[in-house]
Amino acid sequence: MSQGVGVVGLYVRDQDEALQFYVEKLGFRVHTDAKNGDYRWLTVQHPEQPSFQLGLFKPQPPTIDAATAQSMSEMVAKGAMPPLVLVVDDCRVAYERMRAKGVEFTQEPVARFGAVDASFRDPSGNGWKLVEGR
Amino acid sequence: MIASRSAMPKHDPVSQDPELLRRLLRAKDRMDAASEEEWPVERLASVSGVSEAHFSRSFKEAFGVPPHRYLLTRRIERAKALLRDTDTPIIDVAFQTGWQSLGTFGRTFRDVTGESPTELREREQAAAHALDRVPHCFISAACRPDLKTAVSEKRRQEAVDKNGVNETEIPSCPKASE
Repeated sequence: MSQGVGVVGLYVRDQDEALQFYVEKLGFRVHTDAKNGDYRWLTVQHPEQPSFQLGLFKPQPPTIDAATAQSMSEMVAKGAMPPLVLVVDDCRVAYERMRAKGVEFTQEPVARFGAVDASFRDPSGNGWKLVEGR
Repeated sequence: MIASRSAMPKHDPVSQDPELLRRLLRAKDRMDAASEEEWPVERLASVSGVSEAHFSRSFKEAFGVPPHRYLLTRRIERAKALLRDTDTPIIDVAFQTGWQSLGTFGRTFRDVTGESPTELREREQAAAHALDRVPHCFISAACRPDLKTAVSEKRRQEAVDKNGVNETEIPSCPKASE
């Protein structure tokens, strides 16, 4: 086995919507989708990154209280969550492919500092940078 | 004595509908993507799918600044980047970042940043760039001016601080005086 970060989670407003987005529009695969009452542990995986799972979690009781869940939902919707970076071989090609699938881009590909980057958001408001690997 | 402005009124955070916030974020994203364009409230409100009156109030509640001031911070941020990273003449920086006149740009830039575009360019270009390894967009966001008050308010406060009296009436919209 290899050591390192196994799961990092995002907060999303709707897990079904997020699942559809990350799988159908971004090309991730479902790793785990387990329900326990209202709670749903949902993780997806990049096809080229088998040791890492991206969690798609809903801020909700009982893991956090209702008022905190509301605050977290507001923060996600305001785009206030920390930066996310998706690395691709060709930013412009990925941009065209994703845009054709209806991904909401907030910045078209721009060449700077020897690479190309673009920006998009998931339906919940989480902001991703799409960066060409160097 | 002038009353202290540092005493902020007590403000309980307003709970806002996440669906509305997501649509307000879209308007903010659009300003980010094209801050050189004109963004009247009407246009922003239509991006967010809310009424004009509702938009400005909701935007300020959500993001802490009125939409026009947010736009101003983005324009100044972009102007600073162009001054730092390019040799674009200052008049072109002004036009590329959304100003209609060099005079308004220079005055607003100094009011917000405390130095003229030329001074900032000379200082930044002389400094070593230790931040090369951080993705550009994050540095850019970190360098965004933190405008807690309107520019007109900042000017007035500086005049008060300098002269001890508030003797100049500065219109909030620079265009109105030109």
